[in-house]
Amino acid sequence: MKDTPLSNCERDFLLKAIEEKKRLDGRQTYDYRKMKITFGTDFGCCFVDLGKTRVMAQVSSELVTPKESRPNEGIMFFNIELSPMASPAFEQGRQSELSVKLNRQLERCLRNSKCIDTESLCVVSGEKVWQIRVDVHMLNHDGNLMDAASIAAITALCHFRRPDVGIQGDEVTVFSPEERDPIPLSIYHMPISVSFAFFQQGTYLLVDPCEREERVMDGLLMIAMNKHREICSIQSSGGIMLLKEQVMRCSKIASIKVSEITELISKALENDKKARKAGERCGFAESMPQERITALKMDETPVEMTDVTEKANDIVHNADAPPQMVPSPVVPIPGVGQVGQGVQSTWGLEEDDEGEEEENDNSGEEQDEKVTRMEEEKLESREGDVVEISDSEEEEVVILNPEKVSKNTGYTSHHKGAAATQKRKRK
Amino acid sequence: MFSSLKDKVGQVLLPGDEFSFQADDTISLSGPVKPEKMVCGPGLRRSGDRLLVCKSGVLRHKPPNMFWMDSQQRRYVPVKGETVIGIVTVKSGDVFKVDFGGSEQASLSYLAFEGATKRNRPNVQVGDLVFAQFLVANKDMEPELVCVDSVGRANGMGVFGSGGLLFTVSLGLVRRLLAPHSDVLQDLQQLFPCELVVGMNGRLWVKSSSLQRTLVIANLLQSCDTMTAPQRQTLFRRVAQGAL
Repeated sequence: MKDTPLSNCERDFLLKAIEEKKRLDGRQTYDYRKMKITFGTDFGCCFVDLGKTRVMAQVSSELVTPKESRPNEGIMFFNIELSPMASPAFEQGRQSELSVKLNRQLERCLRNSKCIDTESLCVVSGEKVWQIRVDVHMLNHDGNLMDAASIAAITALCHFRRPDVGIQGDEVTVFSPEERDPIPLSIYHMPISVSFAFFQQGTYLLVDPCEREERVMDGLLMIAMNKHREICSIQSSGGIMLLKEQVMRCSKIASIKVSEITELISKALENDKKARKAGERCGFAESMPQERITALKMDETPVEMTDVTEKANDIVHNADAPPQMVPSPVVPIPGVGQVGQGVQSTWGLEEDDEGEEEENDNSGEEQDEKVTRMEEEKLESREGDVVEISDSEEEEVVILNPEKVSKNTGYTSHHKGAAATQKRKRK
Repeated sequence: MFSSLKDKVGQVLLPGDEFSFQADDTISLSGPVKPEKMVCGPGLRRSGDRLLVCKSGVLRHKPPNMFWMDSQQRRYVPVKGETVIGIVTVKSGDVFKVDFGGSEQASLSYLAFEGATKRNRPNVQVGDLVFAQFLVANKDMEPELVCVDSVGRANGMGVFGSGGLLFTVSLGLVRRLLAPHSDVLQDLQQLFPCELVVGMNGRLWVKSSSLQRTLVIANLLQSCDTMTAPQRQTLFRRVAQGAL
């Protein structure tokens, strides 16, 4: 199935938002989304949530004959599955361009950086070595699959325990976990990939792009780094020219992010280890009951409201000026019904025209009344509350302004009701 | 049958739950025995003498005999006469192809705009948003959209102007927004003045005076999906006070 196309309106909005240093989910430019690392019941199974992106990695091992060129080294194998469950655009069983790219990047990040001691995986030189296979499954796609995949893969590798083997003469025995404790892999360092999206030919930079941001970006830079600030791989795609300073800045940001993520991983691993030692229910099985109705569960959305007070002040200043009214109604181009061009909406507004006059006579008094009531409220709320809310109260007054009433249908009815009651009182 | 369904109204049911058509054990001898008739809405399916639930959600009832499942699904299935927000994907000859989030794309004739003639073509580009209603929507034919009503007036439909933000919510929230005296809309009206276009396919388009406000409204509506009324009201109040 084809992916939903990106409309021009979303593209324009995103680019404008990025110019104003705003993001769709209220994050700052260099912020990661909320990250959660959980483990399965078995060793070597790890789930990573990065916002709505969800990735699972499973590590497994097998005894195989080594490559002839490297007779005493174990084999690492990485596989990325993009299942249609993650996004309708992914097809089953076909190697897409994206999956090849992700696979290559993951291999370069984890195998070529030699973060795992492959020589310790050798059992009998030239005959038997361990093959470690890492399967990464995408469960949900909301952008930045690479970072989630690299975190999931390295965490799963750290969590994995391979069975112990004993050699007696020519015989190799693999011990079950009951007979001998399984052995963890020896990992030298943890390379973690950090993605940067570039917009407007590298003018703007975002960390951890979400799916819609990925669609409008011009270029992508992925830096894999470990906490010792060693760059393990670096890849730029999208074909934009990057300045040297930009790359340096990215690598600095990456080093901070990597140290944070490494800390999170080690904390998660430690917690899991403690839980397993104590014999509690751990990992996936433990986390399942909390997610009973997964489809309806959503984390609270953070809404950014930083400079609202200033905005409210602006509005109060501008409120005295007459509202912008078009002297003659703008006639849309024939053949094109338009929405959102400032053209007066005619949807169910007819009934508001009547009764407009009688509103105007007593609107003055009424507003006074409203304002005084507001002030009373303000006084009341001040007593208990430390939060300064006066500005937003002012804002409400502005919305109530009878001159702007025609824009707000909901309030007209309210208004009318109030007017009616006043009339009744007079009688 | 009727009573067993009525017992479950307002409860959460899952696909596979079933009701049977078997008559009750006791038949009243005094009154005449009327055959029970009922109308099954979306999410309920009849199979032989059983009534199966095929969508997870809450069972709803409208007197006298209508039952349906109120679900939070996100996949849209076109229905004739419903208005949706679509994205123009292809412009070929005399029809546009429009993506509305369904299983296939709908066609939209260039003549199906207000005042459009063969000479006077509407100005529609690939990637533009259109607000249109379904003229043809059934499972065997390609869905067809039009931007005019039965007398040839735009009636609010047509191509969107620039600006604004498009985002998707669940179909359940859309129905709640479009219901008469919608409490979500009433809460929203007390925040900022904004323009809101609601498509039955779960797409919403919002435009407000500033980018920040548009973003706030979009995020609020998206989080409304899974909140109860008191939760929503406290959130909206906090936003109104600028405390968030």
